[in-house]
Amino acid sequence: MHHLWLTAYADIIESLRARWFLVYSTVFGGLIVILFAFGLAESRVMGFTGLSRLLITYIQLSMAMLPIFVLITTVRSVAGDREAGVFEYLLSLPITLRDWFWGRVFGRFFVVFLPVLLAMLGAAAWGAWGLDARVPWDLLLYYTALLIALAWCFLGIGMLISTLARSADVAQGAAFVVWLILLLFLDLILLGVLIQEHLPPESAVAIALVNPMQVFRTASMMLFDPQLVLLGPTAYVILDNFGQSGYIAYAIVYPILLGTLAAGVGFLHFKRSDLP
Amino acid sequence: MIQFENIVKRFGRQEVLKGVSLSIKRGHRVALVGSNGAGKTTLIRCLLGEYTCEGRVSVDDMDPRKQRREVLSKVGFVPQLPPPLRMPVGQLIRYAASLCDSNPLRMHDVAGELGFDTRQFRRQPFVKLSGGQKQKLLIAIALGRRSELLVMDEPAANLDPEARHIFFKLLADKQERAAMLISSHRLDEVASLVNRVIEMDQGMVVLDDRVADLVELSSRLHCRLRLIQAEAAFAKTIREWGFSSSDDNRVWEGFIAGPDRLRFLGVLSRYAALLAGMELAEAPYQGKQANVV
Repeated sequence: MHHLWLTAYADIIESLRARWFLVYSTVFGGLIVILFAFGLAESRVMGFTGLSRLLITYIQLSMAMLPIFVLITTVRSVAGDREAGVFEYLLSLPITLRDWFWGRVFGRFFVVFLPVLLAMLGAAAWGAWGLDARVPWDLLLYYTALLIALAWCFLGIGMLISTLARSADVAQGAAFVVWLILLLFLDLILLGVLIQEHLPPESAVAIALVNPMQVFRTASMMLFDPQLVLLGPTAYVILDNFGQSGYIAYAIVYPILLGTLAAGVGFLHFKRSDLP
Repeated sequence: MIQFENIVKRFGRQEVLKGVSLSIKRGHRVALVGSNGAGKTTLIRCLLGEYTCEGRVSVDDMDPRKQRREVLSKVGFVPQLPPPLRMPVGQLIRYAASLCDSNPLRMHDVAGELGFDTRQFRRQPFVKLSGGQKQKLLIAIALGRRSELLVMDEPAANLDPEARHIFFKLLADKQERAAMLISSHRLDEVASLVNRVIEMDQGMVVLDDRVADLVELSSRLHCRLRLIQAEAAFAKTIREWGFSSSDDNRVWEGFIAGPDRLRFLGVLSRYAALLAGMELAEAPYQGKQANVV
């Protein structure tokens, strides 16, 4: 276990010095700055104002950006490290493959989640002290949990792709295709398919519940639109079957399980295949 | 110590290793030579448990794939191309030492012997070091621990003559207790380091020969050269070997590491027409004592 945390720490140190991390942090930090600069905290939409309004916008933007950022940075850096000979050298040191793989997963999770969380906490601090606004702690906590689930989910998928693809280019292409498929199956497109292909509503709802991006999107909507009016007919099935709190729990637990499953399958493949 | 039994490795339809069988004992210093694509790196990766393969690889009767920790804790590995690690030097040493249950101070000391002050560069990212510094650090990590098998890919390629001599001395201190597998494209680069030569070609062993073990790894030769006339190109080359001139760049003196003699003579042969005289004699080593585990 000691070696696992040691590897996680080494991966964090590696990533903090990488260019992708700088870009990644700048994007999420810059996003908050832009939202403040454009006076979003002072605007009012659907009854939300101040920091709540800003956080809702931030979470919607995160939903669009975080999955593709996590996927691309994970597969590029992991598959890139393999191509550059980092695996060849570090895996010649006496460490178990379990400690190595999961150490990298945990280290990478910390690195991809840190800028997102810091940007959100920074916004809260700025709002509280700079604008003298009330900090919506319940919203902050809920969104933090959702972002943890989303980041972990796509990190797991990214690690799976990295172990399956033999080159950084193939891994990046595969990651993009995965993201595109999940994006295509968001509710609006699903609704179109549903109408055109006469799919039973249960199939459309099942697809929506399987797609982690849709799950996150629906869950993030729930706080400002508890009846999910924006979602359309799917909302009836969700609220009838889960209830609001049930769906919130599902939206946190399901992506974490999916990410763990993807990373687990990635680990099994990694253990049985050529390492460098 | 090492057994390769009928090792076959395929990448898709391409068979890279075609039934390689070898046995390497402690005290063997093996030059693994062959052209690009001969299968040297693949064989080394099978030995390190990094590649799956058909047949059986064992180190002290242990499978490097299934008993990774036990096997790799005996192995010191120096790759041909340093990995582009961004972690700082101090962090890399701490990480490697912790995984190997070794004392990081020993790795710092070995790097110091090789002429690389790791303490001064401890915050510097590994990737930002020069080629020679990277090589010295990787050698220090491999030798600054209790390794019984040294696997090295062109290990001395980027080292200056003084560091090469220290490196050879460090190897000499390990030679009785350890087996060494030194991979190279060219035999003359490693010939004086080894007592066995294995040549590979197209995935097969085509030569496995013991060679005379007459050169002491830790030996050193004093050399005095007299030239017909001073020559700037020669002066530049010979200074890189640590030689100095006492007579208007026409007489040069310096020391070369014993195992480097073939390489040195190869360099001199390019300037044969300039040479008026040459003395080469065994000399006692007067430098620092090398610090090995």
